[in-house]
Amino acid sequence: MNNLTIAGKTYASRLLVGTGKYKDFAETRAAVDASGAEIITVAIRRTNIGQNANEPSLLEALPPTKYTILPNTAGCYTVEDAVRTLRLARELLDGHSLVKLEVLGDPKTLYPNVVETIKAAEILIKEGFQVMVYTSDDPIIAKQLEEMGCVAIMPLASLIGSGMGILNPWNLQIIIENAKVPVLVDAGVGTASDAVIAMELGCDGVLMNTAIAAAKQPVLMASAMRKAVEAGREAYLAGRMAKKFYSASPSSPIEGVIARAGIPTSQKTI
Amino acid sequence: MIQLIINGQSQQFAAPLNVAQLIDHLSLQGKRIAIERNGTIVPRSQFTEQLLVHGDRLEVVIAVGGG
Repeated sequence: MNNLTIAGKTYASRLLVGTGKYKDFAETRAAVDASGAEIITVAIRRTNIGQNANEPSLLEALPPTKYTILPNTAGCYTVEDAVRTLRLARELLDGHSLVKLEVLGDPKTLYPNVVETIKAAEILIKEGFQVMVYTSDDPIIAKQLEEMGCVAIMPLASLIGSGMGILNPWNLQIIIENAKVPVLVDAGVGTASDAVIAMELGCDGVLMNTAIAAAKQPVLMASAMRKAVEAGREAYLAGRMAKKFYSASPSSPIEGVIARAGIPTSQKTI
Repeated sequence: MIQLIINGQSQQFAAPLNVAQLIDHLSLQGKRIAIERNGTIVPRSQFTEQLLVHGDRLEVVIAVGGG
C-alpha cells in the first residue's frame, strides 16, 4: 500500500532526489542517504578531454548497484538533443531504460516545452525507453503523455529551482484524479511543507534537488524531506477531517467544567 | 593525418585509430563513459572494431550531478 511502483518495479521511498548543486560527492552521498531516496537523477554531460584524468566520478560515489539511476535530459531544448542524450545514457548505464525526459522551452524560466516533449516521448517509447516525463501542470497534456505510454507523469509544482512551492494544487488534483500511472511533483518544492502538501494532494511521489542542495544544511534538509513525504503520504491515506469555518464541537467534554459561571453574555448571541 | 572533432574540439592524429585506442589516448580507459559517433551510439562491444575516419564527430559523455 505504501510502496511506489513505477514501470513494474517497487520502491519503498516516494522521495526521488537529484544530485546537482552539492559541494562535493561526499555531501551528495550523505544527502541522498539521509533522504532515503532509492531513485536518483543524474545529468549526462561531455567529459573533460585530456585534463583531470583521475577526477572522481559521480557513479563511484553513488553506484548503480545501490541506487536506481535516473538519467535526465536537463539542458535539452530540442527533441533531437533529448533523444540523443538518453540513448547515450542507456549505453552508459548498461541498457538501463528508465529515464527522465524533460525538454525545456526557455533558459530563463526552464518551463517545459510540451510540444517537443510529446514528440521526444513518442520516439523514446518506440525505442523501448521507460519514460518518466517532466511536464507542465496542464491536465490534458498530462493525460496525453500517459496515453502515449509514459510510465510516470511529473508535473511541475512551480518553476525549476524556484522553491516557490505548490502554485496550482487544483490542476495537480485533476492530473492525479485522471491518471492511472504514478504522478510525481517534479520541480518547485522549496521546503518540507511543500512536499507534505504535494503528498496530501495524493501525489505518488516528489522529485526534488535544489530544495535539499541549496539548504544551509543539505543533509538535515534531506532528512526533513524524507519525513515530509512520509507524513504527507500517511495524512493522505488517513483522510483529513472536513474543514469548517468554526466548530461547535470542542475536543474536550462540555460537562464538568469547574466553577461554571456560564457563557459570557457578550458571546451568547453568536 | 586525420582530424576528429571530440566534444566540439578538433584534434589531430598521426595515424588512423579505432575507438578503443582513442579512449586510451584520452586516458578514459576503465571509466564509465558512452560514445556517440556522428550521431549514432558506438556500443562498447564495437570499440575495437570501429575505425575512426577523418572528420568524424564524437561525443564522449559521463554522468554528472543533476536534477
